[in-house]
Amino acid sequence: MSVDLATVRRIAHLARIRVSEEEAPYLQNEINSILSFVEELNAVDVEGVEPMTSVLPMTMKKRADVITDGAIVDKVLANAPAREDGFFVVPKVIE
Amino acid sequence: MSTHVNSSKLIPGATGEWEVVIGLEIHAQVTSKSKLFSGASTEFGGAPNSHVSLVDAAMPGMLPVINEECVKQAVRTGLGLKAQINLRSVFDRKNYFYPDLPQGYQISQYKYPIVGEGVVLVDLSPTEQISVGIERLHLEQDAGKSLHDLGANDSHVDLNRSGVALMEIVSKPDMRSADEAKAYVTKLRTILRYIGSCDGNMEQGSLRADVNVSVRKPGEPFGTRCEIKNVNSIRFIGQAIDVEARRQIGILEDGGKIDQETRLYDPNKGETRSMRSKEEAHDYRYFPDPDLLPLEFDQAFVDELGAHLPELPDEKKARFVSQYGLSPYDAGVLVLERASADYFEAAAKGRDAKLVANWVINELFGRLNKEGKSIETSPVSAAQIGGIVDLIASNVISGKLAKDLFEIVWTEGGDPALIVEARGMKQVTDTGAIERAVDEIIAKNPDKVAQAQAKPTMLGWFVGQVMKGTGGKANPQTVNEILKSKLGI
Repeated sequence: MSVDLATVRRIAHLARIRVSEEEAPYLQNEINSILSFVEELNAVDVEGVEPMTSVLPMTMKKRADVITDGAIVDKVLANAPAREDGFFVVPKVIE
Repeated sequence: MSTHVNSSKLIPGATGEWEVVIGLEIHAQVTSKSKLFSGASTEFGGAPNSHVSLVDAAMPGMLPVINEECVKQAVRTGLGLKAQINLRSVFDRKNYFYPDLPQGYQISQYKYPIVGEGVVLVDLSPTEQISVGIERLHLEQDAGKSLHDLGANDSHVDLNRSGVALMEIVSKPDMRSADEAKAYVTKLRTILRYIGSCDGNMEQGSLRADVNVSVRKPGEPFGTRCEIKNVNSIRFIGQAIDVEARRQIGILEDGGKIDQETRLYDPNKGETRSMRSKEEAHDYRYFPDPDLLPLEFDQAFVDELGAHLPELPDEKKARFVSQYGLSPYDAGVLVLERASADYFEAAAKGRDAKLVANWVINELFGRLNKEGKSIETSPVSAAQIGGIVDLIASNVISGKLAKDLFEIVWTEGGDPALIVEARGMKQVTDTGAIERAVDEIIAKNPDKVAQAQAKPTMLGWFVGQVMKGTGGKANPQTVNEILKSKLGI
């Protein structure tokens, strides 16, 4: 499996990462070499083997339904580009 | 699964009749105190960003921990939908960018949802019932809220809803008209409210629908569908379906083809519009969330929740029919809200249940609707309605006076029996008094007597006169009998 340049640009766009024209072929090579490395795993027969979700036999941790958090507006907004009356303020996102 | 073609539901077009095919994705906010993966409050209407934890704000390094109550609510709902409960399900990341989604992905369930196939029975009329298949139910996070009208060049983001648990309930494409879709949503809402897993409050956005609509000639394969996003009232769901079906029929009859796309319903203009600008971004790249292990529980956990489920609307309706002898239609009306059903049962205890049902449905519900009140805020209690019915059943008051009595109880309150006593509203059953009133009317109206003897339907006029003469308190049945014997008809 390998990817073409258009796919590299599309993946970059979906991830909102700006990739220049010069960088794209370089990234294409990198991605393809990773993919061919991963492809080696296809040689292993995993018929009937459950996908492994954890290296330890653990079960999912669950919480009780209790309010233990919140009322930390200043911390939540600490990295906001702009704020007003407790809101994040961002460039308009509607046409 | 309903594969019926009901000709009354087809839409006439220039090239013949069309069938509309509808499937719904309902997003129901799970009733819980705290969020799906954080301990922040789910309460509606807090100050902006005050019900937000660092998990909800997607600060680096924060990890989600699932709220067990949300899992229980999803299982309870699955049981209420007679659905397959999956003892193992998996959370995935659905990736997209939007300012009110700080993680850059929504935690949802894709390949392995917590609940699989089920079914909902929907009454359309006293004689017509359809069954709508449920495809799946999965748990996911809600996004935050963007406000676009607070500033000219910017949007304001409030993350209070971010991370609140939602159940997405996906139906099969089993509905064939706007009315069927509306009845399905109404029924689903009733089931959720009975179970207590969602409050069903559409104004506050606790229940929202994505509506999938396609059209076809009857008997043909499914047409290409369009998805109308985020419709937030049952009325608008109906309108959006009708408008969208007509749009698609228009395109097909003009020789065009339908593009599969996402659309928005604009209730002001009565049209749906394409959201095409967002379309190219719809590549969600789902993958299992590495922060969360699979969600697993055993059958005993499911059975325990099942054992504590309340009586659900279909079962309650069946019981009302068999236990109280109500018609299926009346029983259906009474079980629509759990509070109404409880009210009826409290009032019917030890009384003529059919008479109580009549009073609750016709007088009380009619009046509550007119005044925009709910059963919970009814000024007339179950005991008071019961008191009125007792007075009718024991012939103390007539049906007409009972309506006046209901008015008094509604506006002034009080014990119906004491009101009747204090205001002299008791029905006159003393035949002597009624006979005197009848004699008086007959003596005064010899011409009408002759008419009535020729044409017995005139009797009604005499009954009316006697009732008037006794201030409405005479027992109408006694009046009828005495009149008939005195007039010889």
